[in-house]
Amino acid sequence: MAFAQRGRDGRAALLYLLPAGFILLALLAYPIYQLVNISLFDYGQPQASGAAPLVFLGLDNYTTLLSDPRFWTVLATTVVFAAVCVVGTVLVGTALAVLAGRARRIPRMLLFLAALGAWATPTIAGSYVWLFLFDQDFGLVNEVFAGLGFGGLRGHSWTFDRYSAFGLVAAEIIWCSFPFVLVTMYAGITAIPREVVEAAQLDGASTRRTATAVVLPILRPVLVIATIQSIIWDFKVFTQIYVMTGGGGVAGQNLVLNVYAYQKAFAGEEYGRGAAIGVVMTVLLLLVTGLYVRAQRGAR
Amino acid sequence: MAFRRIVVGVAVGVLVVGCAPPQASHQNPMRTGAAGDTVGATTGELKVWLFQEASNAAKEAVVDEATAEFEKAHEGVTVNVQYLPVDGRATSFNGAFNDQDSAPDVAEFGNTDLAGYSTSNGFADLTDDVAAWPDSADLVPEVLETAKVDGRIYGIPWFTGTRALYYRTDVFSELGLKPPKTLGELAETARRIRAARPDLYGIATGGKYQFALLPYIWANGGDVAEQDGDTWKSTIDSARARAGFAQYAELLRDDICPPSACAQLTGSQSVAAFAGGKAGMAIGGDFNRAAVEAGAVKGKYAVVPLPGTKSGSIAPAFAGGNLLGVFRYSDKYTLSLEFIELLGGKRYQEKMYGAMGNMPTFSDVQDRVAKGDEFLAPFIRTAQAGTRFVPATPAWTKIDAVGVLPTAVQQVATGRLDVDAATSAAAAQMNDAFGS
Repeated sequence: MAFAQRGRDGRAALLYLLPAGFILLALLAYPIYQLVNISLFDYGQPQASGAAPLVFLGLDNYTTLLSDPRFWTVLATTVVFAAVCVVGTVLVGTALAVLAGRARRIPRMLLFLAALGAWATPTIAGSYVWLFLFDQDFGLVNEVFAGLGFGGLRGHSWTFDRYSAFGLVAAEIIWCSFPFVLVTMYAGITAIPREVVEAAQLDGASTRRTATAVVLPILRPVLVIATIQSIIWDFKVFTQIYVMTGGGGVAGQNLVLNVYAYQKAFAGEEYGRGAAIGVVMTVLLLLVTGLYVRAQRGAR
Repeated sequence: MAFRRIVVGVAVGVLVVGCAPPQASHQNPMRTGAAGDTVGATTGELKVWLFQEASNAAKEAVVDEATAEFEKAHEGVTVNVQYLPVDGRATSFNGAFNDQDSAPDVAEFGNTDLAGYSTSNGFADLTDDVAAWPDSADLVPEVLETAKVDGRIYGIPWFTGTRALYYRTDVFSELGLKPPKTLGELAETARRIRAARPDLYGIATGGKYQFALLPYIWANGGDVAEQDGDTWKSTIDSARARAGFAQYAELLRDDICPPSACAQLTGSQSVAAFAGGKAGMAIGGDFNRAAVEAGAVKGKYAVVPLPGTKSGSIAPAFAGGNLLGVFRYSDKYTLSLEFIELLGGKRYQEKMYGAMGNMPTFSDVQDRVAKGDEFLAPFIRTAQAGTRFVPATPAWTKIDAVGVLPTAVQQVATGRLDVDAATSAAAAQMNDAFGS
């Protein structure tokens, strides 16, 4: 009886999973299969339109890519840049979530409205608004600084220096992605049963001890999800860099992997080589996510 | 578990090696025939793609007139014109090359895109038919050259565009300056303007303004690349090209056009800075007239040809412009050809000049319109003094896409590399693209 029950449960589960599985297969497995496939060929626009024969290259696209010093520079830049964005996003989001948990109704509502406004702003629009704010000649920021007595900032270009440009883009990215962390963490904080915290306090735990030994462990799963999401988003950042640094900055100083892949694959119409970059990125992200999940599981 | 992994691995491996990525196949082969033969259907719908312009109504009016005339002369033919945005053109054209059902019969396209399109077998070879077309004798040879790949003609030049030197007449007379006679003098003049008027750039030009850089290289006797049989080789690291490159990079200094502002400027941004009254000079095209007229400098500027290295010479300009071509897999070849001979012919080029200010590609039409238009004269003098073009190879698309030359200019402007190192790196990147 128990066996039959389990069999039926399994079949029911399978049935329920079928639609999602089908969609995943169609929208994820097939494109990834084609991506890997294309990355093994010399596949450009002439090949796509059937004007030139296909040449199977094997792993040539990968060896060219991996032996290109520029790829490694861009990869390292991307990793550091994404790390800064992730840390910034999670810190700002969590801090504001804690603040929201303690604030009164009206200030909390205002905070959420502001955050949702930033979240709802389309990426391109947000990037341009920031760009205008920091514009060399007409930007509000330079105007305000000049008004405050920092006259040297009049006509200062925020995107000319490499780190200043990256800093500006990172600030914009944190601005538009912290609301997700804020909302997730706030939901996590409000879900903590009051009794647990009270019990800890009755036992004489300090505020700090309560935070690190009670609240944080309960919040960990939420924090992991928010962090992984941020890693994936920030590693894949494209629009902000493309728009705010004019396609990779002065002399390509602000290139990140996605913009580099775009230049290669679509602007340069070398789909094969672009696909190879895509595959490498996918593998890297899967690795990072896998390692992170595993580390979290081990820590528990 | 291990066994299952191996099975999955082998299955994936077989799948990957067994199936090639998708390729378009074309059922109807290209129609051929001697010049003058009727090829393909002569009735039905003729689909035409033209570019959407900032002032499209004026263009539409002329095109509508041409289509009406064409439909009247060809019974049973309707012409369906679609206007495409220039920015998204790669998607539309590549889509049309991949799937002939979504392809038009006739299209307008930029001459710098031609080399790439022709490797995709995008456009029909018009060489014999253009030769048999009486009007073609008057086409400016250098402009017709931009419609060729490996000596074959793939389009009729519809209009051309060249750049010349815009300068501020009020600033020049205030400071007692004369339009520069050489490129060396130009830098000197620009320096004096900025010294006297620190609110102005001596000349507004940019690190991303490739078509301002190229005349400097050509005027110094250099070039970006040369063809050697089937292959191309970069010559940007030759002594002459380097001299031109250095002369251009000299403009991106604090005493002329500060790199913090100018290193990122594109061509249209440079012209916009001039139009907004922020610069003493700028290199701009005849097609920038409307933008400059709409700006703060209206009535306070004049244009001369960009000078060369010697007094009295003109720096060779880049021959920009658009072509009209017939899609290779169109089933209405002759009809399409007749349409582009009408729309790209002398009569309608002159009408397009009247509506849009587009510079005609026939020398006799150029002379005719120059007589009545003082503004156009320096551009036509530049065009007739001899123009040049970028390497007609699909590799140029790749070089352009990753911004090889702008990157080199920016490296020099920011002081990160000197001219020799930057041009050597650019040459290596270009040769890499030519080789692949």
